[in-house]
Amino acid sequence: MTLTPDDWSAIRLTLELASIVTLLLLIIGTPLAWWLARSRSRWRGAVGAVVALPIVLPPTVLGFYLLVAMGPQGPVGQLTEALGLGRLPFTFAGLVVASLIYSLPFVVQPIQNAFMTMGERPLEVAATLRASPLETFFTVALPLARPGFVTAAILGFAHTVGEFGVVLMIGGNIPDQTRVLSMQIYNHVEALEYGQAHGLSAGLLVFSFVVLLGLNLLGGTRNTPGAGR
Amino acid sequence: MSGLSIQIRLPLADFTLDARLELPGKGITALFGPSGSGKTTLLRCVAGLARAAGQVEINGACWQDDSRGFFLPTHKRALGYVFQEASLFAHLSVRANLEFGLKRIPASERKVGREAAMELLGIGHLLDRGTDTLSGGERQRVAIARALLTSPQLLLMDEPLAALDAKRKQEILPYLERLHDELAIPILYVSHASDEVARLADHLVLLEQGQVVASGPTTALLARLDLSLAREEDAAVVIDTTVLAHDDDYQLTRLGFAGGSLQVPQRPLPVGARARIKIQARDVSIALASEHRSSIVNRLPARITGFGEALHPAQCLVRLELAGTPLLARITRLSRDQLGLTEGMAVVAQIKSVAVLG
Repeated sequence: MTLTPDDWSAIRLTLELASIVTLLLLIIGTPLAWWLARSRSRWRGAVGAVVALPIVLPPTVLGFYLLVAMGPQGPVGQLTEALGLGRLPFTFAGLVVASLIYSLPFVVQPIQNAFMTMGERPLEVAATLRASPLETFFTVALPLARPGFVTAAILGFAHTVGEFGVVLMIGGNIPDQTRVLSMQIYNHVEALEYGQAHGLSAGLLVFSFVVLLGLNLLGGTRNTPGAGR
Repeated sequence: MSGLSIQIRLPLADFTLDARLELPGKGITALFGPSGSGKTTLLRCVAGLARAAGQVEINGACWQDDSRGFFLPTHKRALGYVFQEASLFAHLSVRANLEFGLKRIPASERKVGREAAMELLGIGHLLDRGTDTLSGGERQRVAIARALLTSPQLLLMDEPLAALDAKRKQEILPYLERLHDELAIPILYVSHASDEVARLADHLVLLEQGQVVASGPTTALLARLDLSLAREEDAAVVIDTTVLAHDDDYQLTRLGFAGGSLQVPQRPLPVGARARIKIQARDVSIALASEHRSSIVNRLPARITGFGEALHPAQCLVRLELAGTPLLARITRLSRDQLGLTEGMAVVAQIKSVAVLG
């Protein structure tokens, strides 16, 4: 069995999508996790629930509403058209936006947990050593939360790679644009090309395992949170 | 203006912390009281880690003045803070921990040198270690050095020995005494251990339920009959003395103070050195005349200045003064009545045991 050019295209597209989404989520998710971990605002519970929604919501439901929102009649669609960006459904950009929402909790929650486990004390210590809140965030909070970031990146990446329902709803099946690995496997199965489906599926399985194992060995053992140091 | 001026008001769950304190601008001031009396909260308010209403002024530097809406955030206050438990940054080596604060102090404002701090706390050999390889005592010494390296105008210590066992405590106490002797930085020291207070504190603040019960020199406060300290089982006074002479024959050292002198088993201290001693109330007895021969070496003329209740109803406390230096004796009420002790009476204080601190 050899991989077809279409297979390779799907692999490349998937890795691209997962990398971009993971990177963006780490940037967006960090301040959000910080706020969720430390705010005493009465909105905290509501925001936390919204962030967690994709965990329990069927991907098709999420995809359906995203499709509606991004469509010509939806608020997001009207905004993007007004900005001259065109419409998001059935484009790579649309997939990125959808994946950001879909994978958000898997990035935010580990970081939030790491910030909460760390507690108030290291931040107070830093303040008594003349570090401003911003310096404290970058020199104390981020390094101490490192295991949380590693977990967040792994989960965010893996979860985006494995996404199917949302892609099906808003991405369709356009080669080189939205046809990611899971779609390609689905196509092979539909066409009864079980050998091809097997190849990609097994590859995905091994890849996921290797990434998880590698990142765990790299980051998990050296600085476990809450080890009381 | 020299001195620490602290006016703090903060409602807590069970009571309101309400402290108005004018404290000396040098030496160690102990905040002493039972657990949950608001000591730590008071310290946190001074540091700006907790937000109370009021004013804080440290040797002329204003840190908080609510009357004009001024509140300096913690990281802009020239303070050092030593927390109760080890608070070293786990992601940094000992060296990087020490430098964390130091590098934020402009070179011109550094009063405590890196070498001096490391020597003072005996941590030079630990520099390249990870924080997780240190013992509890070593960690606390590094934390103290780290705080000192910010050249603070005030050092705040929140029960720095509470998380350590007795052996580690003994390991750190001498370093704390050196801080006191060698640095001109005032220290606010929270403790609920009377032995630490007796050993370290120049000034004592007694807190109960968020209120200041008493504030004054340690020597005076420990001898006050109206405070709970005197009623404790191990009630004691401390006296700051000077080494006068050594008797090599009998292996004794003579210590002098305002009310006379005492002989204690020989200590390796040079003549002229200062030594703080602690005399427990249970180790002091009272005789009417000095001609009675006794095996007790330390017999000093004293005057009775008051009586108080002791823990056990069979006993009572007698406050004595040796030319201005107060002393407590705990005797039975029976003895008091048989000897006919009254206030103002001249007696002989017989001191069975003296502990030289440090």
